Amino acid sequence: MTAVATPLLGAADWLSEPLPWQGRRLIGSLERAGLTGRGGAGFPTWRKVAAVAVGHRPVVIGNGAEGEPASAKDRTLLTTVPHLVLDGLQLAAEAVGAVDCYLYLPGPVTGHITRAMAERAGRDRFAVTLVPAPDTFIAGEESAVIAAVAGGRALPTDKVGLVVESGLRGRPTLVQNVETLARMALIARYGPDLFRGHGGFLSTVSGAVVAPGVYEAPQGIPIGHLLELAGGPATALAAVLVGGYHGTWLPIADAVSAPMSAAGLAPFGATPGAGVLYALPTALCGLVETARITDYLAQQSAKQCGPCRNGLPAMADTLRRLADRERDGRLPDHVARLAALVANRGACHHPDGVVRMVRSAMRVFATEIDAHLAGRCSTMEGR
Amino acid sequence: MKLHIDWTACDGRGTCTELIPEVLAQDPWGYPLPVDGSRQPEVPPDLESFTRRAVAYCPRLALRLR
Repeated sequence: MTAVATPLLGAADWLSEPLPWQGRRLIGSLERAGLTGRGGAGFPTWRKVAAVAVGHRPVVIGNGAEGEPASAKDRTLLTTVPHLVLDGLQLAAEAVGAVDCYLYLPGPVTGHITRAMAERAGRDRFAVTLVPAPDTFIAGEESAVIAAVAGGRALPTDKVGLVVESGLRGRPTLVQNVETLARMALIARYGPDLFRGHGGFLSTVSGAVVAPGVYEAPQGIPIGHLLELAGGPATALAAVLVGGYHGTWLPIADAVSAPMSAAGLAPFGATPGAGVLYALPTALCGLVETARITDYLAQQSAKQCGPCRNGLPAMADTLRRLADRERDGRLPDHVARLAALVANRGACHHPDGVVRMVRSAMRVFATEIDAHLAGRCSTMEGR
Repeated sequence: MKLHIDWTACDGRGTCTELIPEVLAQDPWGYPLPVDGSRQPEVPPDLESFTRRAVAYCPRLALRLR
């Protein structure tokens, strides 16, 4: 169950193999392979590539920004197999007939990529411009990426059209996560059939596991198996946050058998997102963790949109009071009211992601909420 | 038609919520709150002219009909 037909990590020196140029034929391969975006949204890659390919003077942007604190897979990929990512970027540029090609990167990995680009002199057909990505949660959001590449601040912008039709300076733009690019390079090299059904994904597993880190596994692997890849639980677990800080809390009893795939997680109202798992031990209070994460996310708001700028700090403050066992029975309703107020109201989906995570916490930690409102906490029992 | 709100431009002046309260209520901070709960609220045909006025009078030019 843990075998991936075409793994990304621990693979050979890609530089010694020729680039499998194939033009637009790659689009059909991507469709057959069933590759979906690995930045979090999970959109079918071939659809985006095909939409950009029919446009005039297209742009390709490789997105290496990884603002999610619980994710490390993109920087792992960029530092261990930079040539596979750069091959994918070249092939994507060729598939859409790109005129300009960018790679958007956090500072710490830029040195690796600059060295890799020097090593591959003469290999590429498209010149790649590196653009620095700031270390903020929303820096990797598609419209923020485009704003940064255009020379502005990495902040989300109002969406009036589709980026694939009108993105960077009004041109058709393909923004693709770096893991997606690396998978594209593998599909180009080995064909789509090996990927289909055996497609791998990178997962960052952290929290109370023996060996936190980045692991590669087949899509649909039960979350329990993924935790075992990371050495297994370090102590008794209470819940798992699936999909990152914008993700969904699952009680451990549901999580162990839940398949890590879009279809497998749908019944739980969850998605794999960018493959992030955070294991919560029974010794930590889920409400305290939720308050901490919400506070971080409120601070990471771009503070451009009123509902997000006002609503997220209010939600974080209410959750903090709940976590602190303030005996005010109105607090859960207040959280629910604030969640309804910020959902769907912003230029980007940051408020929606926070709402998804907070609502799941209110469901999964319902017993803990009752205890807190009575001045108790499960993590303090027996002390 | 649907009403699009540019949240990065809107600063909650309240003109729109006064002109088309059937479409946009006001949240506790003064920002427009689509009554139907959607991202881009549907504008009924009989409110289209009022909505066009709301679009034109928005001091932040944050609204558009589409």
